[in-house]
Amino acid sequence: MRVPLKWLSEYVDLTLDPVELARRLTIAGAEVGEVITTGGDWSGVTVGRVVDVSRHPSADRLVLATVDVGGEQHTVVCGAPNVAAGQKVPFARVGATLIDGHTGKPTVLKPAVIRGVESAGMVCSEKELGLSDYHEGILVLADDAPVGVPLSAYLGETVFDMDLTPNRPDLLSMVGIAREVAALTGAPVREPSVQYAARGKPIKGRVEVEIADPDLCPRYVAALIEGVKIGDSPPWMQERLTAAGLRPINNVVDVTNYVMLELGQPLHAFDFTRLRKGRIVIRRARPGETLLLLDGTEQKLREGMLVIADAEVPVALAGVMGGRDSEIDEKTSTVLLESANFNGPSIRRTAAALKVRTDASLRFEKGLSPELPAIAAQRAVKLMVELCGGKAAEGIIDVYPQRRKDVRVTLTQERLHKLLGRELPTAEVRQVLNRLGFTCRWTPPNRYVVRVPHWRTDVAIADDVVEEVARVIGYDQLPTTRLRGQLPEATPQPRRTLRSKVAELLAAAGMQEVITYSLTSLEALAKVLPPEELAIHPPLRVANPLSQEHEYARTTLRASLLRTLAENVRHRVDLTALFETARVYLPRPDDLPEEMETVGAVITGRAPDRWGVPSGEPAAFYEAKAFLELLFDRLGVPAEYSADTDYAFLPGRTAAVAVDGQRVGVVGQVHPRVAAQFELEASPVAMFELNLDALLPYVAGVRHYQPFAPYPTVEEDMALIVDKDTPAARVRALIQQAPLVRSARLFDVYSGPQVPSGKKSLAFSVSYQAPDHTLTDEEVARQRERILARLRQELGAELRG
Amino acid sequence: MSESLSEIESRALRELVAASGDEALEAWRVAHLGRRSPLTLLLRGLAALPLDERKSVGAAANRLKQRLESAFEARKEELAHSLTEALAADRIDVTLPGPPLPAGRLHPTTQTLRDVLDCFVSMGFQVVEGPEVEWDRYNFEALRIPRDHPARDMWDTLWIDYERDGERPMLLRTHTSPMQVRVMEQTEPPIRVVVPGRCYRYEATDPTHEWMMVQVEGLAVDEGISLSDLKGTLTDFAHRIFGPERRTAFRCDYFPFVEPGMELRIDCFLCGGEGCRTCSRTGWIEILGAGMVHPEILQSVGYDPERYTGLAFGMGIERIAMLRHGIEDIRLLYANDLRFLAQF
Repeated sequence: MRVPLKWLSEYVDLTLDPVELARRLTIAGAEVGEVITTGGDWSGVTVGRVVDVSRHPSADRLVLATVDVGGEQHTVVCGAPNVAAGQKVPFARVGATLIDGHTGKPTVLKPAVIRGVESAGMVCSEKELGLSDYHEGILVLADDAPVGVPLSAYLGETVFDMDLTPNRPDLLSMVGIAREVAALTGAPVREPSVQYAARGKPIKGRVEVEIADPDLCPRYVAALIEGVKIGDSPPWMQERLTAAGLRPINNVVDVTNYVMLELGQPLHAFDFTRLRKGRIVIRRARPGETLLLLDGTEQKLREGMLVIADAEVPVALAGVMGGRDSEIDEKTSTVLLESANFNGPSIRRTAAALKVRTDASLRFEKGLSPELPAIAAQRAVKLMVELCGGKAAEGIIDVYPQRRKDVRVTLTQERLHKLLGRELPTAEVRQVLNRLGFTCRWTPPNRYVVRVPHWRTDVAIADDVVEEVARVIGYDQLPTTRLRGQLPEATPQPRRTLRSKVAELLAAAGMQEVITYSLTSLEALAKVLPPEELAIHPPLRVANPLSQEHEYARTTLRASLLRTLAENVRHRVDLTALFETARVYLPRPDDLPEEMETVGAVITGRAPDRWGVPSGEPAAFYEAKAFLELLFDRLGVPAEYSADTDYAFLPGRTAAVAVDGQRVGVVGQVHPRVAAQFELEASPVAMFELNLDALLPYVAGVRHYQPFAPYPTVEEDMALIVDKDTPAARVRALIQQAPLVRSARLFDVYSGPQVPSGKKSLAFSVSYQAPDHTLTDEEVARQRERILARLRQELGAELRG
Repeated sequence: MSESLSEIESRALRELVAASGDEALEAWRVAHLGRRSPLTLLLRGLAALPLDERKSVGAAANRLKQRLESAFEARKEELAHSLTEALAADRIDVTLPGPPLPAGRLHPTTQTLRDVLDCFVSMGFQVVEGPEVEWDRYNFEALRIPRDHPARDMWDTLWIDYERDGERPMLLRTHTSPMQVRVMEQTEPPIRVVVPGRCYRYEATDPTHEWMMVQVEGLAVDEGISLSDLKGTLTDFAHRIFGPERRTAFRCDYFPFVEPGMELRIDCFLCGGEGCRTCSRTGWIEILGAGMVHPEILQSVGYDPERYTGLAFGMGIERIAMLRHGIEDIRLLYANDLRFLAQF
């Protein structure tokens, strides 16, 4: 909301400079987002009076206006249709900086000869002054504008652009902000006058109001003004509305908007003659009903939406917008003024469903005081009588079936001190609350009984009152202390610990962590998951996605990682290794999805040499596996790898990763078909993905120390010829299972002319050791024979000659 | 006398030239100047000679001893010098780079998140986590934000396409605050937890807005917790993360699940409080929202709000990372350009 300070000062004296006032309001909760100053750049523009308008000798569309600027007169050429003698206008001398009406850019006004007549300045439009985009005519000032005074002194304005919180609808008004200022500065609030003389016939008998659905409309006030003459509202009102960001329309509508901004109560004016039988019924819409709104849209009303109807059909969408058919127009002479209170959630639902959010609905949805409608109606009638030339009917209709009860809150001194962390003198508490409009009675020995003013619909409990006190004295007046007391028992968070550890290990091993979006597209998932998988386990869909690219909760990290890799390798060829630890979302029927803790990684490119130049073989399967081996080693988890197939991976270069027979992930070279879909054809891409939740039970907590035997080891090499398809890991496992073997390390794999076709040679360095004595050569030889016999028997292995 | 002085001298000098290491040099010294060297033995045997012979031979032997000693020193010097020369010839350029080791890093968001969590862990808070896909009940209802409440505008929501009884009860959590209620439902006071995690908003991205973000929620519930404790906790946090010289300020703010509510600000370290673009010309930078846990929420989880009070706060990690690193566009964080990530 925009609060022009000149307008605000009508209700409270502003003793602080605007910047300081803005700071104080902000600290107390009413945030001033921006302090806007207009008129700062209006040097050379003064208030003038048009003393004469005559025809331009050689142009029909132009006139010559003579403007008195206090002691001197200037004649200028003017093309505005609305210029007339007697008007007060903004007059710009040569040299003033104005906004060019066509280009919208600031331009210095130069002397000009227009169609043969010299023009010594200019009469300005709102656009030229930077007030609005309005450029259809000159800005006409109020009659009492002082001639010769700089325009900035007269029309210059400081406006607070407020960022208000939804709990304070009372602040969506000048009087509301004035009350806040009063509480902070101690200045009294001047409430606007609601006194008027009712010279018309009584309203009773001519207007009938029925609230059919009181749950959605606690109060409805109607007033009648007859004999109004529709025209422009006075310049002072137009200036205020404009400064507050509303466009003046006509005197009746302007009064309703003015009072809304002044008091915070939205009002609506009907052309009374359009209401059938003078009847107003506040009811829920009926099936099939439609309404043509003021904005020209024809709305199909849904059942449950609250409408204002006449004797037959809806004439307004309650609390949101009026109807076109009963709109005030230039022929209107009798106005029915509506000032009502509506149920907030109902208004919000309706406005959201029809996508029509208005100044009225934004106020009503936050819950307004039901005491406001009568005050606002009287204020509006007073202004209409004064400004629209009408006669007010005697009395008002006020349907208010269940009067609001005063809200009283009891606050103990103990509670106040406990929450604040300090004591406060009762006098100070009472002063703060009284300035805010609360009445506060101190009941010894220890309680305040507080009556909440009707406009503070947000205050209901003792702690609300504590906030009122704290925010007005200022949070800086509270002590700054540390938490004390007993600490809760620490509970381990193994899942989180594992994720952190994995991230640390992979980063330390040389991978870059990335964080990618959790939402993706079905197309992206389809690139890395088999169609049947997507069909059987469709991912969760967002009902209102920001874009198709981010529509589905991902069930794998693969697509996000490959895409991120592709975006990066466009400008690099060296080794690129990325990982992410994040959750994937596996839907469960009628429940929240399983959020599976996952780590994924992608690797491509060539490792750098001594000089950082990419060299060597492009990274592929084994490079990815190296990261996993390091990871599992450091986690103390013995992982097993076995040949496997997976939709996204290249057959023959894919391994299932398992622990204790339980599959925890996959590692492999990305299938060229998949890589191509991500435009990653330049170099092979390797990838792994692990389910950390499945891994969690196997992660070693604290590892036990193994004493090293004091007896020497015996090392020997063992080269074995086995079938090409025999996994090295099986051979190694068989060797290691033998007694006295401490370790077996593979150091060479060979297949070629030196070995029979279909075979390969695996060379192991085997280390023997006994825990309790020094091995003899005979013992080692015996053990070697047993190992060879077993390898021969189980795998057909032969010692290489 | 087996050798003449001139024989001793010529042999010693010949051997000295051949001695080219520390050990050889020492062996030479023992052989030619040591206790059992011919020269020492000769000097010791002088007493047996007649007086005039004793004088002339003794003087000549002592001169020889001096000559050999200075020759030894000179040779030692010479050898030391040639070692330095040899080392000098073998000198390396210490400014050349070492062979590259793989350079991995954690994402800047993760780095800042860890610093923030470490800070609170050191104050006795425990780290717990919750689901990212949430029920409306925990994300809104239990936090006093019912359907059709205007405060829902503060959290534009991405809804999961799942309907039950004509409503959409499932969403991507818009903040980490639902864990306040989940934690309180599962435990008894005293509570001190921080909750990190991803959150999501239905929000168009621009330099200061992202639709996915990492937040940290804090909650402490115990007897006797006050607004002053909240101020102290957050002041300690601000000093830890942004430096002890930062000034903090607290203003009243509104969140439906706290009462009273507040916002923490620090003085703008770019302009020193003068007012610049980063602080919207106010001199202050908003850091996080906080407040005292609303008594109705304590009540709803079965705590006695007369006995227990609680403090709560919530912050966006991206914003803190941006302020710390001087990142002016939030979208850089999750674009994952290595040219950006490699800087942290």
